[in-house]
Amino acid sequence: MAILITPETKILVQGITGDFGGRHAKLSLDYGTKVVAGVTPGKGGKVFEHNGHRVPIFNSVHDAVAATGATVSVIFVPPPFAGDAILEGVDAGLDLVVAITEGIPVRDMIRVKRAIAGSKTRLVGPNCPGIVTPGPGPQSSGGCRIGIAPGYIHKKGHVGVVSRSGTLTYEAVFQLSSKNIGQSTCVGIGGDPVNGTSHLDVIKMFNADPETHGMILIGEIGGNAEVEAARWIKENVQKPVAGFIAGATAPAGRRMGHAGAIVGGTEDTAEAKIAVFKECGIEVAVTPSDMADALIRAAKAKGIALA
Amino acid sequence: MNIHEYQAKALFEKFGVPVPKGVAAKAASEFDAALAQLPEGPTMVKSQIHAGGRGKGTFTNGFKGGVKFCKTKSDAKDLAGKMIGNTLVTIQTGPAGRKVQTIYFTVASEIKKEYYLAILLDRATSKPVIVASTEGGVEIEKVAHETPEKIFKVLVDPSWGLADFQVRQLTSGLGLGTAEAKGAAKLIKNLYTMFWETDAAMIEVNPLITTPSGEVLALDAKVSFDSNALFRHPEIVALRDLNEEDSKEIEASKFNLSYIALDGNIACLVNGAGLAMSTMDIIKHFGGNPANFLDVGGGASQDQVIAAFKIILGDPNVKGIFVNIFGGIMDCNVIASGIVEAVKEVGLKLPLVVRLEGNNVAAGKATLANSGLTIVSGDTMADAAQKIVELVA
Repeated sequence: MAILITPETKILVQGITGDFGGRHAKLSLDYGTKVVAGVTPGKGGKVFEHNGHRVPIFNSVHDAVAATGATVSVIFVPPPFAGDAILEGVDAGLDLVVAITEGIPVRDMIRVKRAIAGSKTRLVGPNCPGIVTPGPGPQSSGGCRIGIAPGYIHKKGHVGVVSRSGTLTYEAVFQLSSKNIGQSTCVGIGGDPVNGTSHLDVIKMFNADPETHGMILIGEIGGNAEVEAARWIKENVQKPVAGFIAGATAPAGRRMGHAGAIVGGTEDTAEAKIAVFKECGIEVAVTPSDMADALIRAAKAKGIALA
Repeated sequence: MNIHEYQAKALFEKFGVPVPKGVAAKAASEFDAALAQLPEGPTMVKSQIHAGGRGKGTFTNGFKGGVKFCKTKSDAKDLAGKMIGNTLVTIQTGPAGRKVQTIYFTVASEIKKEYYLAILLDRATSKPVIVASTEGGVEIEKVAHETPEKIFKVLVDPSWGLADFQVRQLTSGLGLGTAEAKGAAKLIKNLYTMFWETDAAMIEVNPLITTPSGEVLALDAKVSFDSNALFRHPEIVALRDLNEEDSKEIEASKFNLSYIALDGNIACLVNGAGLAMSTMDIIKHFGGNPANFLDVGGGASQDQVIAAFKIILGDPNVKGIFVNIFGGIMDCNVIASGIVEAVKEVGLKLPLVVRLEGNNVAAGKATLANSGLTIVSGDTMADAAQKIVELVA
C-alpha cells in the first residue's frame, strides 16, 4: 500500500527546465513515475521530452493542476525562490509538496511553515532526497520516485524507512534489498532545522499502514525529532523498529554539512538520542552497516515477518 | 558565520541596542588613536577572537586573561600591548589557541546587576525564541542545569512578530524597575528586529546589565548568522574574518566541498553529510580517530576529488585515508577514475582504503584494481573502516 505516494500518483516538477530538475525528472520517468507536468514561470507551452515521454510545461502550479490533475509537486528551485515555490504549491491545493532544495534561509522556512499551517498540503523537506515507493518491476521500476534517490537500489516490500540523510538512507535500503527485504515507502525528511515533516509524522503513517511491517528510523545530531518519535513509538508501536543516529564523533557547535546537524546542548548529541532509543525499545544499529540487521533482530524478537 | 564582539556591537548600535562606548584597534600603532576616542577612566581591554572563555584564557606567552579591567587608559594601553599579536588559549579554542589580531577598548561600565538574554531558533516549534534569565555573567548551561526556573522564554509568532505583551513578560520576569523596564523593552525589541532582519542564527548577550544610573546595556555580544542567508546579506559577508577560519576549510569551500578539521589521523572523503558523519563515527567505533569531516556532495567531479585529496593531505596529522562512497546517481566508475587520477597527481604514500557501493560499482572496483596503485578495497562500511584503522595503527 505504501504511504504518501503510490505508482499511480501524478507528479508535477517545479523547476523542470533547470539542470538539476531536468536530470531527475528524466530518472523519475525512466523509473515509471507518472510525471505529468513541469512548472517554470515564463516557459509555459514548452514540452519536456525524454525517451518518448512528452511532459507539458506550465507557467504556474495552478495551471498545471487544472490541466493534468497532478496532486503532488517536487521542487527543484534555487534557494532564493524556493520558499515562494512551496507557497505556490500549497496555494494550488496539492496534497503533497516535496522540497529538494538545499540552502533555503531559515527565516524563509520559519515563515513558510507558519503560512501553511492548517492547509491540506503536507510539506516534506526541504533539503531532502525525496520519497520512493518501489514498484513491482525489475530494479523496482514501475514505482513512484520523487527527488534524487537512486531508484534501482529499492525493492517492493514491507519495510518503511524514514531519514534525515540521503546517502545513509540509500545504505539502509541497499542492505535491506540485498537481504531480499523490500520497502513499502522510503521518506527522506531532510537535513534542515526547520522542515515540513518530522520523523514522528512519518512513523505515525507507517504505523497505520497495513503494508508496513517494520521501520528503520535514521537520525543525526541536533534537535529533538528522533527523541520525540522514540517516545511515541514506545507507547504506540508494536511493529519492530530499528534506529541509527549519525554524528557521535561530531564536535559540539559545528554544523556538520546539514544545516540542522549541530549539537546545541546535552540532549541533542548522538549519545543522548541513542540512550533514548534503547529506553524506548528501538533496536539500535551500532554502525551504519548494521541497520538492516538491527531491524531483522527487532523483527525476530517480536516474531514478525519483514519480507 | 561568526563575527567578532566589536563587529556585533557596531551592529547593535546600528539597530538601537545600547552598548558601552568602544573602539577597536588592529595594531599597537592604533592604540593611541583608539583610546583618544574614549573618556579618561576605567577601561576594558578585550581580545577579539571568535571563541568564548576569553576572560579565563591564557596567552602562550604566559600573560593571563584575554579580557581585562584597567583603572586608566594608560594601563589599558600597556595590557593591550601584551595581548596583540599573541596567541590566546581558552576552553573553547582548543590547545592551539587563536591569534589575537584586534583589541577592543571599551568604557568600563558600573554594574548594578547582570542578566542573560539570547535570541535563537526554537527547533521544536520552528519559531524564534527569546531566552532571558536573572542569572547573567555566568554559564547559561549551568543555570539551565541547576536553577532552570530562573530561565524563561517567549516564542515569537512569525506572522505577528514580537508582541508588546511578550516584551512585558520578559521585563517583568527579569524583575526590572519601571524606568529600567522601559529601556530594556526598547533594547529587546530592537535586538529582535536585528535578529530577524539580518537573518541571524543566534544572538547572545551575556551579560545584559543595568547600571546604577538606570541604563540597560549589552556588555557582551555573541552573534552568528544563517549561512544559507548570506547570499542576501553582502554587508554581513563583509564582516567575515578569514583568519578565524581553518585554512583547509576555506580552501574546501572554494570547491564546494563541505570540510571540517578534527584532530585525528584518518582522513575521510564521503558523499553525503549523514554518511560522512557516520564514517567518522565508524572509524572511532573501531578504535581509530577521524582527521576530518568531508562531504563531496552528490555530483563530485574529478576536479573536486583531486581538490579534496590535496586538502586532506595538507593536514600533517593524516596517516591514512578512507574513501566511502555510495554512488546513487553518481557512477562509481567516475569516482574510481577520479581517485586514481588524484592519487597519481598528488603522489600518495599513505594507506588508502576505498569502499564503493551503488551505481556501476563493478566497473569502479575494476578501475581501482587495475590502477597499479596500492588501494585497498572494502566490501561493507564496517569492513573498510576496520581495514583503515588497522593499516594506520
